[in-house]
Amino acid sequence: MTAATTNESTLLSQLDVLESESIHIFREVAGELERPVLLFSGGKDSIVMLHLARKAFWPAPVPFPVMHVDTGHNFDEVIDYRDRTVADLGLRLVVASVQDAIDSGRVRERSDGTRNPLQTVPLLDAIVDNKFDAVFGGGRRDEEKARAKERVFSLRDEFGAWDPRRQRPELWDLYNGRHRPGEHIRVFPLSNWTELDIWRYLQREGIKLPSIYFAHERDVFLRDGMWLTAGAWGGPKGDEAIERRLIRYRTVGDMSCTGAVDSSAATYDQVIAEVGASRLTERGATRADDRMSEAAMEDRKREGYF
Amino acid sequence: MGDLLRLATAGSVDDGKSTLVGRLLYDTKSVLADQLEAVNRVSEARGLEGPDLALLTDGLRAEREQGITIDVAYRYFSTPKRSFILADTPGHVQYTRNMVTGASTAELAVVLVDARNGVVEQTRRHATVAALLGVPHVALAVNKMDLVAFDESVFDSIAKEFDEYARGLGINDVIAVPLSALDGDNVVDRSNRMTWYDGPTLLEYLEAVPVLVDPGHEPLRFPVQYVIRPQSVEHPDYRGYAGHVASGVAKVGDQVLVQPAGRTTTITGIDTFDGPLDEALPGRSITLLLADDLDISRGDLISAASEPAELTQELKATVCWLAEQTVPVRGRVLVKSGTRTVRAIVQSFDQLLEIDSLAIDAHSDPFALNEIGTITLRLAEPLPIDDYRTHRHSGAFLMIDEADGTTLAAGMVLALEELPTPR
Repeated sequence: MTAATTNESTLLSQLDVLESESIHIFREVAGELERPVLLFSGGKDSIVMLHLARKAFWPAPVPFPVMHVDTGHNFDEVIDYRDRTVADLGLRLVVASVQDAIDSGRVRERSDGTRNPLQTVPLLDAIVDNKFDAVFGGGRRDEEKARAKERVFSLRDEFGAWDPRRQRPELWDLYNGRHRPGEHIRVFPLSNWTELDIWRYLQREGIKLPSIYFAHERDVFLRDGMWLTAGAWGGPKGDEAIERRLIRYRTVGDMSCTGAVDSSAATYDQVIAEVGASRLTERGATRADDRMSEAAMEDRKREGYF
Repeated sequence: MGDLLRLATAGSVDDGKSTLVGRLLYDTKSVLADQLEAVNRVSEARGLEGPDLALLTDGLRAEREQGITIDVAYRYFSTPKRSFILADTPGHVQYTRNMVTGASTAELAVVLVDARNGVVEQTRRHATVAALLGVPHVALAVNKMDLVAFDESVFDSIAKEFDEYARGLGINDVIAVPLSALDGDNVVDRSNRMTWYDGPTLLEYLEAVPVLVDPGHEPLRFPVQYVIRPQSVEHPDYRGYAGHVASGVAKVGDQVLVQPAGRTTTITGIDTFDGPLDEALPGRSITLLLADDLDISRGDLISAASEPAELTQELKATVCWLAEQTVPVRGRVLVKSGTRTVRAIVQSFDQLLEIDSLAIDAHSDPFALNEIGTITLRLAEPLPIDDYRTHRHSGAFLMIDEADGTTLAAGMVLALEELPTPR
């Protein structure tokens, strides 16, 4: 045999392995399911997901649409990014709107103004209306304890519900996407990536991000130990005082429950150094919705959340 | 940056497995302050003396309430040398199904024993499953050394017994490490209470294990996932076969055989979004360009022409049953191997592996959840498939229920007799 021998230069790096695994997952879904859709919020994980989807099918275009579950509480920079990306790549964008669901009485606004938990109903409605049978989500197992038990191919019933006791075992690289009518599969191509992997990959690939991921000055106020952006969604109230601070966002979601962190990290290198040295998980540092209880994420997932 | 090692842990709560995993995460600084705070809060509420590191890994509400682990959980940690994906498989509930799942992708298994009990029946089961699934490296973590006064002779006799057993099963790389997960001795940091031990700590060993054996000695296997045909102005006639290299190395100029059709052609190009490659290693997702315009679609297997996979319509294999539901003799199922799914009929259930005694018994009843045995399947069409012993990535398959899609069983093309049974 004249084939390659094992030495440093012939070993795939960790990022190469993760990239190839994700591409494999995209191609399995495109090969076996009829109507996939990719959840695209303009957040860093969904940006990496879309980049991997482009690689998977190049030089052909991405063979499925993208969907944004829009809470109505958006950062302008992120919506701009979303619209520019969709236009540049010639993708079809489906918007599932929480505001529309509130207006039509399908969901009710919460007293605390947080809309993250309200995303489930418009998401499931859009899946049914568009007959999507596979939904790519950017969830990572390192994010949260309940996510650590999630499959790459996660079967959901008609209610979109996740039953951790009824998950299919997943072996080798053989994924099982078969399902009954009315059921669908949630697919998580970034299951094995960590927050640091995402940042290193964004840097390696030279992928642009919405500017709010890097340090900038912003008017914020303190609520539950997190810096929230003042805005039309409902903050600040009462004695919450607005301050101008140098911050950046570690995660991007609904404005009402996504906190900024004090940071002067303005470049990829600086962000990677900051994430590597952080003593808090990204959800612990920035997500009010996960602080509600020990099992907040598990409960949302059981109801059909991402 | 380093490479990636996938490992699985096996052992029960009583052996201190969750504590060991918690310790690995904690001592590699992969646990962050908010996670630790949550552990402290719960430990305090339960009236424990110190933080219970097992709480780091038990993610679901039922697990925390009942103090059990329900399902395989995946953990991530890294050191400057390497990143790790750890499949944490529970010891009690549905043990076999979970360990088979975790071991299927693992290059290394960490088997835990309690130093006070030594090698027990469960340890032998763990080693057997690791050997069956072809996990190349096994580390025995001899835990709770603090409870045997860090006695060297206790460790030595356990290590020797396990080494003989594991080698008998055909596992060639076996190591034993004396440790205390509770206190952290020899997990990440070297213990100063066992100065007689001069081997690596568990983490040092995990960092040093070779990830990839020489891919050159395996013939190419490339299951076609998707045909890429842009039909665009820029690429009007482009036709590429997307997939990942399951084993061997794909090289431009190589002669390949398209299976099951049996046509020979040549690789003319290896495409990726980032530019063409001359060769692609196992695990790499690529797009192959071929010399001849053949009818190739998803489900076809592109193999080294000199050493193709065997075509079979009668599949004799070892399976681990993963589902509550059973299938009778003459029942219909789907068999998925690589990217190919074919219909099959269960011809016979042949043998059952008694997981406690490791005896192989003649058997004719349908397998139940967690049972391991041999089966004969008649396939509706020829399937190219390899011997699992030599081709871990192309000798495996799933059995799937055609009606509801349930994953019924994990299959490997091997005979149970090939698994040497040490006595």
